[in-house]
Amino acid sequence: MTAVNNSVRNTARLMGAGLRALLVLTVVCGIIYPLVVTGVAQAAFPGKANGSEVSSHGKVVGSSLLGQRYDKGKDKEGNPVPDLKFFQPRPSAGLGSNRTNGVNTQYDLQVSGASNLGATNTDLVKAVKERKRWVSETYGVPQSKVPADAVTSSGSGLDPDISPAYAELQADRVAKENRLPADMVRQLVKSHTDGRQLGFMGEPRVNVLELNVALRDLVQGG
Amino acid sequence: MSPALAGVLQLTALTAALALAYRPLGDYMAAVYHSPKHLRIEKVIYRCIGANADAEMRWPAYLRGVLAFSAAGVLLLYLLQRLQGGLPLSLGFASISPDQAFNTAASFVTNTNWQSYSGEQAMGHVVQTAGLAVQNFVSAATGMAVAVALVRGFARSRTGDLGNFWADLVRGTVRVLVPIAVLGALVLVACGAVQNFSGIHEVGQFMGGAQQTNGGAVASQEVIKELGTNGGGYFNANSAHPFENPSAFSNLFEIFLILVIPFALTRTFGKLVGNVKQGYAILATMGVIWLGFTALMMWTESAHGGPALQAAGAAMEGKETRFGVGASSIFSVATTLTSTGAVDAFHSSFTAFGGGIQLLGMMLGELAPGGVGSGLYGMLVMATIAVFLAGLMVGRTPEYLGKKIGTREIKLAACYLLITPTLVLGFAAASMVLPDALGSMLNTKALGAGSHGFSEVLYAYTSGANNNGSAFAGLNANTPWYNTTIGLAMLLGRFLPMVFVLALAGSLAEQQPVPQTAGTLRTEKPLFAGLLVGTILIITGLTYFPALALGPLAEGLS
Repeated sequence: MTAVNNSVRNTARLMGAGLRALLVLTVVCGIIYPLVVTGVAQAAFPGKANGSEVSSHGKVVGSSLLGQRYDKGKDKEGNPVPDLKFFQPRPSAGLGSNRTNGVNTQYDLQVSGASNLGATNTDLVKAVKERKRWVSETYGVPQSKVPADAVTSSGSGLDPDISPAYAELQADRVAKENRLPADMVRQLVKSHTDGRQLGFMGEPRVNVLELNVALRDLVQGG
Repeated sequence: MSPALAGVLQLTALTAALALAYRPLGDYMAAVYHSPKHLRIEKVIYRCIGANADAEMRWPAYLRGVLAFSAAGVLLLYLLQRLQGGLPLSLGFASISPDQAFNTAASFVTNTNWQSYSGEQAMGHVVQTAGLAVQNFVSAATGMAVAVALVRGFARSRTGDLGNFWADLVRGTVRVLVPIAVLGALVLVACGAVQNFSGIHEVGQFMGGAQQTNGGAVASQEVIKELGTNGGGYFNANSAHPFENPSAFSNLFEIFLILVIPFALTRTFGKLVGNVKQGYAILATMGVIWLGFTALMMWTESAHGGPALQAAGAAMEGKETRFGVGASSIFSVATTLTSTGAVDAFHSSFTAFGGGIQLLGMMLGELAPGGVGSGLYGMLVMATIAVFLAGLMVGRTPEYLGKKIGTREIKLAACYLLITPTLVLGFAAASMVLPDALGSMLNTKALGAGSHGFSEVLYAYTSGANNNGSAFAGLNANTPWYNTTIGLAMLLGRFLPMVFVLALAGSLAEQQPVPQTAGTLRTEKPLFAGLLVGTILIITGLTYFPALALGPLAEGLS
């Protein structure tokens, strides 16, 4: 009996030690650590620590890190209609909402996630082909000129960027819709194209929100 | 510059950064685990625990410490989630259901970080920061402690003592993980990762109106998620979310964080056994596999096989513009060859062969370089097997680092090797015959549908049992069947191997060292590294080839 009692007591003592260790490490790693990091981050990089918000004429228009939609209302079936006055982000329509785990690709800030469709998935093949046709018809370019990012969904569903090729492809139509000289818009795209970081990291890209903010300033200024 | 060249340059820069950190970090960790002195804050912590940090433990005592601490972790994390609805700072999120709370608790305590929930829609500040992020630190420190105990088994003789678990746990956390995490978090914030407690708030939109968005302690959790090879994202999109991984630089930095400790631990190992060349042989083995897998992944993703990706013109589905194909490939191999499971691009949408490389990476047992600690002990168990095989070929008693590899040692190593395949193949097979389990597959309508669906299920259990945590997220895993069985796979896949590792360590530490002779296999030479690579690939290949043939191979070739 004493042996059993001893082993019960030893186990209880050990579990107690485990629990106390966890609680004290929770104080270190779960309370002190995040508070210290938040304090320093808020002091040193307040803009970035709070989500890199972009303002235009004194009003917040979004975060430069998060993509958003540029629509003019919805059609009869309730699908958003892209406003071609502005540069369009990567696809957000087509895959629809709530495919898995409530993930959608509609630039809803609170449901980040990818389509998760595989390379052999017939739905994805169909969606890619439809988008390719849409881009080609809307912007008057041959299908072979449509870049991959224009017809695929991103990993986060909130990709803030498009490829320079997709931005350049949209420039003429955007210029026409805004009654601006095409050269001027193309120049705008060029000045908003970021190369690879340090020349070799990542891929060249155009931040859609920043480009559209500059475009609206141009339209309203002129 | 072509994307391919940019990819190669990024890989080169990453390798250079890892090489620079290798010696200082490896030597520092060796000193941390070898030093007889305690820091003042550590003494305070030991007093709170009520533990004598100078008492040596034999392997059963060390194991009891690991298990008691981890059991407390599962319990507390389970309770935090179940009570979330009533906690302050919970952002209005409800309590988590029992099966999902069990799954998540098991997931974070086992360093897996499989997530069947969507972070921004389920977890408030308290659960994320005081629950999940804490396990990111301590589950990593536990893995390192077990690895160090095994190394002591090789280094010590004629004693059963393996060190003190509480001291190893606390030192790993306080002296290694926390300092690097503080610096790393600030680097990430400087890149644009968010770090605040603003909770759910509105942000104005360009076309007018506003959208709700989440703030939180993201950078501080992101850095330890990578550094501790955990992988559980603050947001559902994980490291593809711009608030977690804002730029191409932060992306490379996060890959660096994933790999830096597992690689540097081979230096720590070499230091502690008194021969750094032994560490280099292990490092070379890890490095060869890692570079080989990365090269293969970059090649298959650039070739973008599969009808959907062919139609699109590049493998950009599920990938972010700022990273592109090259950086996404490097990340994806780093995360599946370690026990991390964070993703900056979604694995289900990679090419079929790319998915196969990810699966194979996890199936190797995640030891190139592997999880923090678990990579090193996994590799040392494999080295034991390799030495044994070499011994069989020449007909002499195998020995490794002066220790005889006898019947007892080889039985323990073999048991270690059998656990994960049993869990993975057993649960995947069961899921294939249960109607409820089959209903969770997303890609069932596809061309080559059955094989992608099977890959999703195989991936889920491979990821769980190997404590990776990444997903072919096409599978809806938030069902009682998957929550429970993946939870079990994670717990058994983490702690059963630790039992055998510590038993092996105890058995080695008791031995008297055998003097090196002309007939001793030189385990610090390239020949042995080659043998080790071969052993790993052959054992994994024989175990998993039939399952891989039914999944990614069938899909890629159809």
